[in-house]
Formats: sequence, C-alpha cells, structure tokens
Amino acid sequence: MYQTIKIIIDGKECIAKKGQYIVEAAKENNIYIPTLCNIEGVKPKGACRICTVKVNGRLMTACTTPVAEGMSIESESAELTDLRRSIIELLFVEGNHFCPACEKSGECILQALAYRYSVMAPRFPFMFPIRELDASNPKIIKDHNRCVLCKRCIRVIKDDEGKNIFAFKKRGHKVEIIVDPESADKFTDELAEKAMEICPVGAILVKGKGFKKPIGQRKYDLMPIGSDIEKVSKSKKAVL
Amino acid sequence: MGQKITIEPVTRVEGHGKVTIHIDNNGNILQTRLHIVEFRGFERFVQGRPYWEAPVLVQRLCGICPVSHHLAAAKAMDVIVGAGTGDGLTPTGEKMRRLMHYGQMFQSHSLHFFHLASPDLLFGVNADPSIRNVIGVALEHQDLAVQGVMMRKFGQEIIQATAGKKIHGTGAIPGGINKSLTQKEVDTFLKGNDPMNIDKMISWSQDALTFFKDYHSNHKEIIDDFAEFPSNHLSLVRKDGALDLYHGVLRAVDSEGKIILHDVDYQEYYKYIEEEVRSWSYMKFPYLKEFGKDNGWYTVGPLARMNTADFIDTPLAQKEFESFKAYNYGKPSNKSMHMHWARLIEILHSAEKMKELLLDPDIQKGELVIKGNKKSEGVGLIEAPRGTLFHHYKVNSNDQIEMANLIVSTTNNNQPMNNAVNQVAQNVMTGQSIITEGMMNAVEVAIRAYDPCLSCATHALGQMPLEISLYNSNNELIDRKIK
Repeated sequence: MYQTIKIIIDGKECIAKKGQYIVEAAKENNIYIPTLCNIEGVKPKGACRICTVKVNGRLMTACTTPVAEGMSIESESAELTDLRRSIIELLFVEGNHFCPACEKSGECILQALAYRYSVMAPRFPFMFPIRELDASNPKIIKDHNRCVLCKRCIRVIKDDEGKNIFAFKKRGHKVEIIVDPESADKFTDELAEKAMEICPVGAILVKGKGFKKPIGQRKYDLMPIGSDIEKVSKSKKAVL
Repeated sequence: MGQKITIEPVTRVEGHGKVTIHIDNNGNILQTRLHIVEFRGFERFVQGRPYWEAPVLVQRLCGICPVSHHLAAAKAMDVIVGAGTGDGLTPTGEKMRRLMHYGQMFQSHSLHFFHLASPDLLFGVNADPSIRNVIGVALEHQDLAVQGVMMRKFGQEIIQATAGKKIHGTGAIPGGINKSLTQKEVDTFLKGNDPMNIDKMISWSQDALTFFKDYHSNHKEIIDDFAEFPSNHLSLVRKDGALDLYHGVLRAVDSEGKIILHDVDYQEYYKYIEEEVRSWSYMKFPYLKEFGKDNGWYTVGPLARMNTADFIDTPLAQKEFESFKAYNYGKPSNKSMHMHWARLIEILHSAEKMKELLLDPDIQKGELVIKGNKKSEGVGLIEAPRGTLFHHYKVNSNDQIEMANLIVSTTNNNQPMNNAVNQVAQNVMTGQSIITEGMMNAVEVAIRAYDPCLSCATHALGQMPLEISLYNSNNELIDRKIK
C-alpha cells in the first residue's frame, strides 16, 4: 500500500504516491510535463532537461525529483514554456534535423515537442555539424545527425544477460552512440526494432523498414504529444 | 550593329529561366538560347542516405509534381529490393500507385492548362498582363476557372488518400505501398457531392476538350502555326503500344512517325540516351546516342505520348485520340501548341483510369509490399505530367545510395524548348527594333506549352519577374524592360 501525500501542481491540489517522481505524479493527475529522455519504468537520467519545473521556486528536473509532502510545483508558466522552447531549439540547431525526409516524422518526440511549443524558427544559429551516417551494422543505421544523446538506447536495450548493447564513444561534443562490438552478436532483430522504437528521434533506423506506417496513422498524427495525459481533444491541442 | 535581347526571368513558369536573343544589324535573329541558371543538388544530397529515403527525399524537387519523383524513385527502389520493374508489385501495390499517379496527372495537367496556359488562349498573347492571368480567367470565365480549381482539388484529394498528404506524401515505399483505401474513401470519390465525384470530373474533362476544340477551330494560327518544328518524340508505351503513364517500354519516333527507338527496356536507358553539357546552361541536353547530338534530341510530354502511342485503353480518351490523330493525318504532331490538346486528352484518360481503379476491389485489400533478392542498381521511369522522368540509383552493400542520376522531363525537353523559343523569336522579333510586352510573352507562351516547371530541372526557389534586355553587337545594353 502506497503512502499518499498532497502536492500542488500549477495551483491544483494533487494526490501523489510517496517516492514517485514528479513527472509520474503529474501524469496520474492528468497533468502533462514534457519529457524526452525519460522512459517509464527505467531509472531516470535527467539528460535533456525538457521536464524542468520549479519546485518551491527552484528549477528541478521533474523526471528525477521525487515528490514530497506539501511540495509546490510550477510547470505551465510563461517562463518555463520559454525555457522548454529554448531547449527544443538548442536540440534542433545542434544537430541536422530535416523532418521532411525522416521516417520518424510523426513519431518523433523532438518534432512533437516542437509542434506543442510552437517552435517556428530557432533563436540560435544553426551549427550544421558535419556528422556521419553509420550504416555498417547489418540491422540498423545510426544517423548521428539526429542523435540527441538522450541515452535511451543505452539504458533500455540490453542482451539476455542484462548487458548494454549500445554505448557512448568519443568525448565531449564529439560523443556518439555505438553498438558495443562485444555485444554485437547478441543484437537481435527484436532488439533492433525496440531500439528504433525507443529512440525519441530518427537516429536509430531498422534497415529496410522506412515509411511503412502511412501518414495519418502515425503516433502523433492521431494524438499530439501530451494529449493522452491531459485527455483533451485534438482540436483543443492544436491551438496550444 | 547586331543586338542581343535577354528575357529574364520567364514568368508563369515555375523556376527561373532566361532567354537571350542575338540580332544582326538588319534585325535578323542570329541565335536564341533558353538558359537555365540555377543549380540542382539533389543527386548529391541523396548520396550516403538509406535507399528507402529516396522516394521521400527527391520528391522535394518540386511542389507541383512531387508524386512523379516519388513514384519514379520508388520504382527504381523496387528493383533494388528485388520487387521487379514496375509490373512486379502486388495488385494492390501497383494499383494504389497508379491511382496516385493518375490523381497527380489530373491535378497537374489541370493546373498547367487552366491556371497557367489558359490566360494566353482566352485573352491573347498581346493582352494586358494585368488581365492575362488566372485571376483574369476567374473574373471573366468563371465556370472555366471553377472547373480548373475543382479538378485540381479532386486530383489532390486522390493523392492525399493514396500518399497520405496532398504534397510530399510517403505512400510509395520500396516494393509497394504503405496503405490501401477504405470503402469510405472510395465512396467519397465515386459518390461525392457534386461536383466532387469522378463522374463529374470525367464530364468536366470532356467539357475542357470541347472548349479547346472550339477555340482551335477559331484560332488555327495560334494552335497550329505557333512554334511548329520537326522533332523526334520519346515516351514510355505499354508493351502492346497503348498509352501508359505509369510503366512500359521506351519508344521514340521521328517527326514522320517512324519508330527510331524500338520499345526497349528502360533499365538500360544509358545504352540509348546520353546527356550533353553546354557551357551556357545548367540544364543538360539529352539525345538518342544513335543519332548524335544534332539529330538525336527529342520531345517528351503529352504531345510526344500521343505521337508514340498506338492507342489509348480508355474509351472516351481513345475517341479523342482518334480525332487528334485524324487531324494530323495519322502522323506525329510537331506543333508545340498541340501539347495543350494532348494534355487535355490525358486529363480525360486519367479521369477514366481513376474511375476504373476506384471500382477495383484490389485497392481496398491485399498484400501491400513484395520483396525479393536485393540488387545494387535500379532505374525507375515514369511518364510525369511534363514527360518522361528518369531516376537511376546505385546502392552499396550497407543500403546507402552511392550514385543518383535524374533526367527530369524538362531536361528532356531542353532542346525542343530552345527550338520553340527560336521559332517564336524568328516570327515575332525579326526586323523589330522595339521589344513589346506581347513579344516577350509570345516567347514565354512557347516555353509554357512544354513546361511551366523549370524548377524540377534545376531546383529553383522563388518567383520570377520578367526582365528583357537588348544588347548591341558590342554587348552594350541599349534597352531593358522589366515587368
């Protein structure tokens, strides 16, 4: 039996389970706090900072901060909306994200967030980094142009012994994901599919799969990001 | 003292074109050139990208005919994934693609004829340009304008149903298609409220032909004599010689109708066709190798298709085809403005084909994709609205595109367009010392008959005002007009 506590999110009194992360408690109260690197059921990382909220006046990541009795959380404010938009813009300018020809379009969290936060043109200059597309793996293509270094693939995709399949290579701004050569033989077709699904952008693509899901049936065609939690109609979301 | 006239850019044409005309001291035309001054980088952009991205990526060449590029690339990728060439797909795969293509042909031809070309016919080449445009058509010929808009809309709706979006969809994937239609979608097109149903579209297509033929009988000098010159004609035809806009073998005929390229497999197009680069244009000049650069050039597009095909496999369009053929005594038509006539016959054919496909149960069920043994090279050809479109790709063992070559319809029509411009300049500018707006437009009308789309040939951005400059033999500017 969970011990329940009371917290306040955007002025609304909410019931939360003790030990829950803010983002989970908000979800159970039909409040959407945007996430990108976070995955339900997996230890949070706080890598992307998109879930930043104000807890008792201090900026905290909602995916890594557990709730506490009487906590006052601010999520939907002009200041935080601008902060989140700036994070999305930074992610866009830091890589090479060309949605029109990307097969993850319509299922990409970064794109869906950009729509939600009405990112029209970034305030930062594009960096246009020169990055390679690595197609050497027989199962997947890694498009480093699109990788946002969220570590989802590293944290989620494990072999049958629980060892990581993906890893980081290089350092600093040159860091990139690789399929760990030692685990390559344990990288099954199922894991490849899961890696593509878990990737929030189009950085991991299963070979030969491209564009199988028609426009209109893709995840965010049907339901804009967050609308499932907020339980609001598509038409209402469209004007946000 | 000789002169050089420059028309830059050319209007009501997508993209950016420039025409220069050199005149000697007596006002005789020495040389005319249609320059394409933009650069297209798509062959380079796709290098290194996964092969299945090509149909979605390369269609960004154009916003008017993206479906043609989408399908030509998909057809090339069918070969790469071992699904055969064109007719190797599942019935649902091929028929959905065909429906998408006929929708595209219908909307693009409607745009071309009603929006871009009809102002010249309705108001005359010399009319005030403030009237001679699609708004003028809407004001003075409301029925025609509404038909044009609604026919385009119908075609776009077909594209959306098959490709997911009206412009730049994702329907065709290597080896097939990613969706079939629901009964509800089919019913929308078959039984939609007036005028948005296929029967109305067929009837309007016939009306457009009637309009054209009436116009023709009263304006023979424009339709028959404007920019006429002998040309070879090239297109795909179905194996039995029927007009086929989606798939077939390559056939070329000369200006008299003699077959000079005998129904060859387009996978080896490079054995028969070569492209020449000329220093004054970014657009290449393709020609049939066997006949050389000077004699091997050819025309593509609706007119070429009427000239190469033996018959049309839909009854109403076949009837129109027969009267078109009869008018030209069974010989190929080399009259540039007959391009519009041919275009209208194809609009009717596309509408009939759409109805046939909408009534076919295969577009509602069945396997969508087929794959076989992978190959490293594939060629996809399609009859795009403006003519034969070539896509050729090589893919490495890691599924990345290594090489791409695109010969777009406008490129195929490069020499004919240059010839048409020359023909018109000879007629309207010889001996003239002042360039009028009408003269400038006459040159454009010739280009527009072939192609309002220079953008796909070179990938252009933006709109085009018109500039015409007059140079003497010392290359000194003596007159310039801008509109």
